[in-house]
Amino acid sequence: MNIEQLHNQYKTSLKKENRLIRFYQILIFIVFFSSWELLSRKELIDPLIFSSPTKVWHLFIQKLGDGTLLSHSGVTLFETVLGFIIGTLLGTILASLLWWSPRLSKILDPYLVILNAMPKVALGPIIIVAFGPGFPSIISMGAIISIIITTIVVYTAFREVDPNYLKVLQTFGATRTQAFREAILPASFPTIISTLKVNVGLSWVGVIVGEFLVSAKGLGYLIIYGFQVFNFTLVMLALMIIAVFATIMYQLVELLERKLIKD
Amino acid sequence: MSFLKIQDIHHTYFSNQTAATALADISLDIEKGEFVSFLGPSGCGKTTLLSIIAGLFPPTSGKILLENKPLKANSDLSIGYMLQQDYLFPWKTIEENILLGLKLIKKDEGLERIKTLKLLSDVGLGDTGKLYPRELSGGMRQRAALARTLAVDPKILLLDEPFSALDYQTKLKLEDLVFETLKSFGKTAVLVTHDIGEAIAMSDRIFLFSANPGSVHKTFMVPDELRELTPFHARNHPQYPMLFQTIWKELESLEY
Ligand SMILES: Nc1ncnc2c1ncn2[C@@H]1O[C@H](COP(=O)(O)OP(=O)(O)O)[C@@H](O)[C@H]1O
Ligand SMILES: [Mg+2]
Repeated sequence: MNIEQLHNQYKTSLKKENRLIRFYQILIFIVFFSSWELLSRKELIDPLIFSSPTKVWHLFIQKLGDGTLLSHSGVTLFETVLGFIIGTLLGTILASLLWWSPRLSKILDPYLVILNAMPKVALGPIIIVAFGPGFPSIISMGAIISIIITTIVVYTAFREVDPNYLKVLQTFGATRTQAFREAILPASFPTIISTLKVNVGLSWVGVIVGEFLVSAKGLGYLIIYGFQVFNFTLVMLALMIIAVFATIMYQLVELLERKLIKD
Repeated sequence: MSFLKIQDIHHTYFSNQTAATALADISLDIEKGEFVSFLGPSGCGKTTLLSIIAGLFPPTSGKILLENKPLKANSDLSIGYMLQQDYLFPWKTIEENILLGLKLIKKDEGLERIKTLKLLSDVGLGDTGKLYPRELSGGMRQRAALARTLAVDPKILLLDEPFSALDYQTKLKLEDLVFETLKSFGKTAVLVTHDIGEAIAMSDRIFLFSANPGSVHKTFMVPDELRELTPFHARNHPQYPMLFQTIWKELESLEY
């Protein structure tokens, strides 16, 4: 039997399959943008509302040139990254406190349920009144939207750590802090990373809504402004940039995941 | 004076609806360097008793004395505990796993570290230090768990069915390894098992437990001829089947 030949055959078929998938992915991309362009030019869709890829592109070049795009994107990106980090960190810290004190976790249980069910963006106006119409409010929006769900998911992961690991540590006379550091936290890393992925998306929602409300700077502001002056090319441009940044952030988290989780 | 003294231990598990008595009236003494077994069907309270000895939780009543002193939640690491499965931490290398106990008392550097790594080669895992537990077979992992337990140099070892999750051949080999390692370090050991053969092959004395509530039904002395042999050879000694039969009958009589 020729194992090597069979293996090569298998590898070629794998490669073929991958190429086919990549082909369809690119095809969808091309079909989407070219039909958007075509439909808009033939006015089968209203070019005022739906704009067109070329118009978006021209606006992109123009806004890139006068520096406005960079400053707006920078602001939003900064707010989102910060909101994301703060939300995840505070959520994890809160989860640790709950793990630390089972009594506290029982006491807070109904409140967590209520806060989780609550649509956090509805708190927007109150946050803006409290922190003023600027960075702090928007970052808080980006954070608050992910804190409670992070707390709940991470706390659940903490509790599901195999008690036998704790038993091993207990037989070595470990303190609760040591048990947390040696077993609970590392065993929950995969869950924490997966909440990171969810939180990337959530932070974007929080920040964009925050910018809608504050209406001063950022991509969210560009969307609201474009909507008000009926410049939908601007709206589309902002959306495209959000899509690109959100994807990059998600990819970075996946990279982190591969770095941190060895098995 | 006995090395480990177990005095009038009672233990009841309480829950909202039930109060289940797992242990009643357990008193026994273990001498220094002795290897004893707790033998009995599952559910007769062996793990409960071992956990109490290890100080994982206090008994409902009764006392445990090690060298005449009460144990305070094993704060001086005089007790080593080995579980049914290895429970090596998958995110740590074998070396880090073995050093865990010492790390917790901040003694994982210098001489202690070298001694511990030597222990790894004593159990035949000399060159696996940098590997992760998933890269080792079940038997190797249980050997690493043994090294982890021995690393803090406990005075007494509690082994809770440490061979029951292994295949037969691995189990026989590991019995010999544990037996010889513990003898060479002169350790006192308590082995929990539901396997009559294992109890005879490994120990000096066997406490047969009966259930509901868990209590010591009978004590068997293993004859000197068997005690001197390694577990593998003990299993082939003519005295072995005789003791096996005796204990077997006793176990049968417990089932009514
Ligand atoms: N944490 C617990 N809560 C309530 N009952 C328990 C608990 N652990 C063990 N038991 C009960 O105590 C009895 C003895 O259990 P265990 O010590 O595990 O026995 P063994 O190790 O001999 O199989 C069993 O009936 C078991 O159901
Ligand atoms: Mg048990």
